[in-house]
Amino acid sequence: MREKMRQYESRMRSTEALKQKLKQLTLDNKELRKQVKVLRAEIGLEASPKFHGKTTKDIINDLHEKERECNSLVVVWRAVASIAWSVLLLPVTAAVFVLLSRFSLFHPIQWISECTSLLTASSTIFSLVVLCGVVLITGLFNLEFYTLVPSIPCSRMALLGTVLHPRQCVHSLVYCTMGMLVMWCASVTIGGRYSTLGIPCRQSESGEVVTCLNEYHLFLLLAGAFMGYSHSFLGVVQNMYYVSFQPIQQYKYPRFKGCLPMVVKCSVIQSLYSARNFAALYFFFGYAPKTWISSTLHLQIDSSLQPLDSLTGLLDFSLLYHLTISGTFLYFTWYLTVLLFRIYVTEAYSFPVQSTFTEDAEQCLPKVLAETNTLVMKFFALQDLALLSQHSLSRRLEVFCLSQPGGHPHNWNAISRECLSLLSELTQRLVAHQDAVASNGRVKSQSASSDTRSASLSSSVMSGTEDIAETPRLGVPLRTPGSVFKSSVGGVHSALTAPFTPDVDSPFSSPAIRRLVGQQEPRSPWFGTVQSPHIMRRGPKLWSASTESQSNGSPPASPVTVPSPPAASEKPSFLAQWLQNRREQVKSFLAKRVLIVYLFNKLPEASSQALFADSQVHIWALQGLSHLVAASFSEDQFGVVQTTLPNILSCLVVLLEAVDRHFKLPHASSKPARAVCRMGDSTYKTLRFALRAALKTAIYKITTTFGEHLNAVNISTEHRKRLQQFLEFKE
Amino acid sequence: LKKKKKKKRETSDEMVAEFSQMLDWSDSALRSFAWHPHTDKFAVALLDDSIRIYKSNSSATPTLKHRCQRSVCALQWKPLCGSALAVACQSCLLIWHVDPTSLSTRPSSGCAQVLSHPGHSPITSIAWSPTGSLLVSASPVDTAMMVWDVAAESAVPLQRVGGGGVTYLSWSPDGSRLLAATPSALFRVWETRMWTCERWPCLKGSCQVRKLRKLSITVFELMYAFIYFFKLTFFSQTSWDPRGERLAVLLKGDSQAVNHPSVIAVFKTRSSPVFELLPCGFVMGEAGAEPRFMQFHPHFQHGALLTVCWSDGRISHVPFYFSSAGLLGGDSPQQALASNTADHSSNKLYTEQIS
Repeated sequence: MREKMRQYESRMRSTEALKQKLKQLTLDNKELRKQVKVLRAEIGLEASPKFHGKTTKDIINDLHEKERECNSLVVVWRAVASIAWSVLLLPVTAAVFVLLSRFSLFHPIQWISECTSLLTASSTIFSLVVLCGVVLITGLFNLEFYTLVPSIPCSRMALLGTVLHPRQCVHSLVYCTMGMLVMWCASVTIGGRYSTLGIPCRQSESGEVVTCLNEYHLFLLLAGAFMGYSHSFLGVVQNMYYVSFQPIQQYKYPRFKGCLPMVVKCSVIQSLYSARNFAALYFFFGYAPKTWISSTLHLQIDSSLQPLDSLTGLLDFSLLYHLTISGTFLYFTWYLTVLLFRIYVTEAYSFPVQSTFTEDAEQCLPKVLAETNTLVMKFFALQDLALLSQHSLSRRLEVFCLSQPGGHPHNWNAISRECLSLLSELTQRLVAHQDAVASNGRVKSQSASSDTRSASLSSSVMSGTEDIAETPRLGVPLRTPGSVFKSSVGGVHSALTAPFTPDVDSPFSSPAIRRLVGQQEPRSPWFGTVQSPHIMRRGPKLWSASTESQSNGSPPASPVTVPSPPAASEKPSFLAQWLQNRREQVKSFLAKRVLIVYLFNKLPEASSQALFADSQVHIWALQGLSHLVAASFSEDQFGVVQTTLPNILSCLVVLLEAVDRHFKLPHASSKPARAVCRMGDSTYKTLRFALRAALKTAIYKITTTFGEHLNAVNISTEHRKRLQQFLEFKE
Repeated sequence: LKKKKKKKRETSDEMVAEFSQMLDWSDSALRSFAWHPHTDKFAVALLDDSIRIYKSNSSATPTLKHRCQRSVCALQWKPLCGSALAVACQSCLLIWHVDPTSLSTRPSSGCAQVLSHPGHSPITSIAWSPTGSLLVSASPVDTAMMVWDVAAESAVPLQRVGGGGVTYLSWSPDGSRLLAATPSALFRVWETRMWTCERWPCLKGSCQVRKLRKLSITVFELMYAFIYFFKLTFFSQTSWDPRGERLAVLLKGDSQAVNHPSVIAVFKTRSSPVFELLPCGFVMGEAGAEPRFMQFHPHFQHGALLTVCWSDGRISHVPFYFSSAGLLGGDSPQQALASNTADHSSNKLYTEQIS
């Protein structure tokens, strides 16, 4: 009993002690917490109520924000790298140029020694510095003007408008100046009779020495300006700034090596063409700049020398050789910069599919795909999707995996939703275009067309969810600066006008659309540049002429927008009759003018090309989707893809129907002539064929992988019939 | 000038004859043969430069003719596509789009895309990627092989110094690698993600590895060892059936000796647990006929179907009925080795040559 008592007592005591200890510890803890709070506030992890500045947390958030911004600056960094490389390559090309320009067959040793001494001369170093500046400006222009979606003018008038756009004018001016600078460097390097603008000469009658104009120098300088302008002009015509992605991936160096011969060839050919054209131009108009320069700079014209704007003066082999060599050097520096820029920009960029840290979530593939701010990132993301779906098992598994916790296939949902919305947007665009063409230019009410669109939407079981209809199309300000048809910036207007942008001026588009675009008209180049009252006055009449003349298959486009309705329409009087007659006369008069028809005629294929101008993203989306779906057959552990498979299949089939119908339109299936040797990329001309091939391959990929299992997929009977054709390989 | 042109054509014809997969290409009635990878359909190129397409359950045999279609050296159907057929010609590459549902027997030449690149002819080998997105073509005179984006009609040349031209191309079934053989004792294995290559030296003579079912390195090494071990330098073609159970080897005969005709030897193969190769038999043709070309049907349900082109212009299909060892697990008795059943030995193979 006593034993028990003692035990109890001791237990009580120990409990008491423990209680005491606990109290002590709680107090300590409170004290420590307070301290920690103070410390945290001190180092900035927590905001004290009185504190108003930035805490460390805010700073970290800011840093993440900056990082995201930097991520979208990836193109800028790549451009900088490409410019750096072009600057580094400049001495090499300059050395080759010096060797070629001083070439003499009979004195090889003298030639080599002269060249080496010239290469180390201070004048050459100075020329190199100037050339570096030229390369830098070229690189900056590349970065500023490059476009992933080419601008496709639909008539020659539109092309003219692009060429006369103020931005383009500045571009031409800068290139003219750069051409002159390079040619100045070249003439200094070549030396001899080309080196300076003024040379001492003896006047024939008085015999005193005066400075005369050196026509050879002037000739080269003017040639530089001419080549600069023709480069800038051809840049528009050939879409030089359009950057296309290659069908295969290559490392930068092998790709550069592979493209180099092409660039050399192109610059030689271009230089020969330019030399020929410039010689002809100088032959006819050479006296004008010559007299102007000589009068402004008070330089005499040496009459003892043969003038260059004569046949005998121009038929100087060494002059033509030096002109061609310098021209080749000029074009080569520019083309090389463009080539390096293209190689750097189109390099594949790898995004993480998902990240363990929430801070990095913004840079993950699903997020970037949905992003609409920068078109470039969207391109990179879709390219990365296409690549990972084909080549990377581990990243595919990440796409198919479920979120933790929750178990939702967020990655797959986001990716498939984005791809499907892209594809259905293309379908809508095609359907709208077909409707426009089918109505054959007759004025169609906007409500009707929107009705058909919504009908097509509902019938085409897109992806069932509403958010897809709401997702803006590539609502990014497209980088098509030269485009005469300003693409609008997202929103309802874009959705309405986008399918019609190439056709805005054509009589095909309905007045509602015309009005919508009319609101943007002040921003269009027509507003600023072409002030010619001639054209402005003619515009409305032309338009009305074109509505009639399209019946014979040649619908000329009109540059000016809303035609004012005839004022006299209220009372059908004699005046109206008279006006009607006059209009008919003007119409028939204008329709007969060859030049007008030539300028305003719609270029065949152009509308078709413009519809598919950004189809590279659709091709990647198709490849990515089809390969992911095919891979899911064996790799998708949770059956994530199965739920979206009906949507994907019906979306593809609907797109296929739209594409098939598009290819039945006139000019849609005609192949463009292949350019022989051009620096401008003409891939965009065949994108529609590539898209059709990619679409069929995508459906085949899915049908061959799933085979008979497709019968279990819940799709409409029409689509099932079409898929059956694919299963039997009858497409 | 005409003479010069003619001579040029003759030399390129000789080159095609040397590197063609068809033995004795120049006097062979059949110039090339290709099964469709997914359906029962095959295309045959004939001596008169026309191509015929035969389908299993259709009597219509479309004949393809094009003015650029000369000296056809290779044919290949585009995978994951019902209609596109690539034809390697003397001067260019033709892509025919033959509508499988149409009943016309003479598709117009508008159905054909002409792909050409300066300096890239004659083309002796073509290979579609298994996904059907890219087409690679090779010419023995061009050190670069072309990777075509067919729809865009644009080509990316891939050039490597050494070897002098590319004579034979073959993709691995999973599309991750591409074999490119050169006329010299060298071949390359391209990795198709970033398109880099590794060089492999060859034993001796030209490397004519016909078709490797899997071009993964292990099987490749096996093949290499196999060639080395048997010193079978005289064999010209090997063909592996799609299931990897039968290997057919075309042993080239001696043209001087009378008793040494070309024959086809068939082996049973197993790749797991260890690689096994058992002799199975020979495939003989009719009297006097020698095999010129052979190919396994890409998806024969009941075993393997070997199609052989003979020197007398016949095409015979040799079925091997067996149940797959992989399916049953363990050794399975071979049910039947059917003898050659020369199917359609129609005399109408020539279109205009005879008449």
